[in-house]
Amino acid sequence: MQRFLVVRFLQAVISLWAITLIVFALTHLTGSPVDALLPDDATPDQAERLIRHWGLDRPLHEQYLTFLGNALQGDFGESLKWRGRTAMGVVLERLPATIQLGTVAVLLSVVIAIPLGVVAAVNRDTTIDSTANVVALLGQSLPQFWLGIVMIWVFAVLLGWLPTSGRGGIEHMVLPAIAMASFQIAALTRLTRSAMLEVLDSEYIKLARLKGVPEWLVIWKHALRNAAIAPLTYFGILAGAILTGSVVIETVFAWPGTGLLAIDAIRGRDYPVVQAVVIFFAVVFLLANYLVDALYAYVDPRIRFA
Amino acid sequence: MATREAGLPPAAPAAAADAGASTRRRGWLRRYPVLPMVVLMAVLFVPALFSDWLAPHDPYQSYLRNRLQPPVFWGGTWEFVLGTDRLGRCVLSRIMYGARYALAISLVGIVLGAVIGTALGLIAGYLRGWTDIVAMRLVDISLALPSVLLALALAAAWGPSFQAVIIVVAFVLWAYFARQVRAEVLSLRERDFVARARVAGASNGRIIWRHIFPNVVNTVVVMATLQIGVVILLEASLSFLGIGVPRPTPAWGLLVADGRQLVVSAWWISMFPGVAILLTVLSVNLLGDWLRDRLDPKLRQV
Repeated sequence: MQRFLVVRFLQAVISLWAITLIVFALTHLTGSPVDALLPDDATPDQAERLIRHWGLDRPLHEQYLTFLGNALQGDFGESLKWRGRTAMGVVLERLPATIQLGTVAVLLSVVIAIPLGVVAAVNRDTTIDSTANVVALLGQSLPQFWLGIVMIWVFAVLLGWLPTSGRGGIEHMVLPAIAMASFQIAALTRLTRSAMLEVLDSEYIKLARLKGVPEWLVIWKHALRNAAIAPLTYFGILAGAILTGSVVIETVFAWPGTGLLAIDAIRGRDYPVVQAVVIFFAVVFLLANYLVDALYAYVDPRIRFA
Repeated sequence: MATREAGLPPAAPAAAADAGASTRRRGWLRRYPVLPMVVLMAVLFVPALFSDWLAPHDPYQSYLRNRLQPPVFWGGTWEFVLGTDRLGRCVLSRIMYGARYALAISLVGIVLGAVIGTALGLIAGYLRGWTDIVAMRLVDISLALPSVLLALALAAAWGPSFQAVIIVVAFVLWAYFARQVRAEVLSLRERDFVARARVAGASNGRIIWRHIFPNVVNTVVVMATLQIGVVILLEASLSFLGIGVPRPTPAWGLLVADGRQLVVSAWWISMFPGVAILLTVLSVNLLGDWLRDRLDPKLRQV
């Protein structure tokens, strides 16, 4: 187990390193970043001074090492768009909004998907099961951003029940959370259902029934506990999906989180912030995957020796 | 949709044992792919291939006097069946031409990802040793990188472009192909026909290409079909965000983005492209499920 954890950790570190390489390469090898900083009528002299100030005349690998060194300390320079604030500072400032939305979405997914999956598996091939399957299929086929727009149109414009965008109280969170959770609910339902189907067929369930354990206990305690392994390990992917989903959903609903920040930074050519956001997302993603791998290896010993 | 699923055996055996009237009734949609195929043809293939003849208008043509026309059933005219957008362009024509880009980008991206992934999977699975180890580490790294990250980074550097989207798609997909192909190669290489080929003096390359590859093609094709839905959604999301296909291409994601500000008054601009995406992806998913059930239940994933 130890060896597995160490190996996985090293892999995560290598992945992160690869990402820093990609991020650095993309922002430094495609035209001089100075162009974004200079006014149009800058003289070559001013351009040169700026280049030297930012250390852009140094050899590339030296620039990369400086970048890496700073990045490890969390220093991504100052934001170009939001004057006077550090790039990472801006990212961290917007983080709570995304976490808030993400948590609600995850809770929603779990509360809806797992019971739905269980019920679908237990009542297999009935109307309930078919409905659940249709819902799951739809959820995986809908474009999230379109769902968000349609929901805004129906619930905010036509019916006027909920606000159209922005951050605020619970009523502001309902639509974005549902839009964000739609795909996850679908995937999680399917996963729970197939896991439950498999477990319900096993010997110990038959034994429990023979012993006279009440059916609801058999399903919700014994079967679900064993079937829950697969959905639980899905949570790592969930974290990543929430992050990537946040970019789209926050754009649609103007929710001031890190996802919207990323898009704004790209539009504004704010390279330091883009770098900070990408690396931050990557760290969270890798961490979540690592935790999931560890959890799964703990639960299922076969994985450790794959 | 292609999640990292570690070894859940398919529920297929249980389903087969359960065959009865209820399964036959309930499962008909899964077993007769006629409906999804028809929908797919209507929404994706026919417009993509024949839009030059079928589309009522030029998708780039602005009819400035007819801006923001509603669809014909909402108070509009038959001239613009699904209405017009802010610049007076026909929504239906743009959707039809948009099918082209959806199809083209998915195909190119998937083929690229499949070719790279299959090649690497074949080599890694057959040769094993260091090649295998390095390749698998690369696969893990690639799977650990969320596609949106790469798209963001590319968009910041290049701006929206076709190449960027195709690269993102290929980058997202290749690892899944590589992993699956490698797994199959690992078992194939132990088979008798491979040993006989080796004894007969065939080189590694020849064995891989003439003996092993034809046996994995089936799986690769099924996988590729399953990915079309994912890819279309991915491309649509990227375009919607402005980091995918460049304007003024009538790609579906961009069409939805166009209508976003006007959803209060001119809802049709965002609505219909979204329906097109939904129908396409839904049909592809249904078809994919059917295909997979028929050909290769090994691939049963969430």
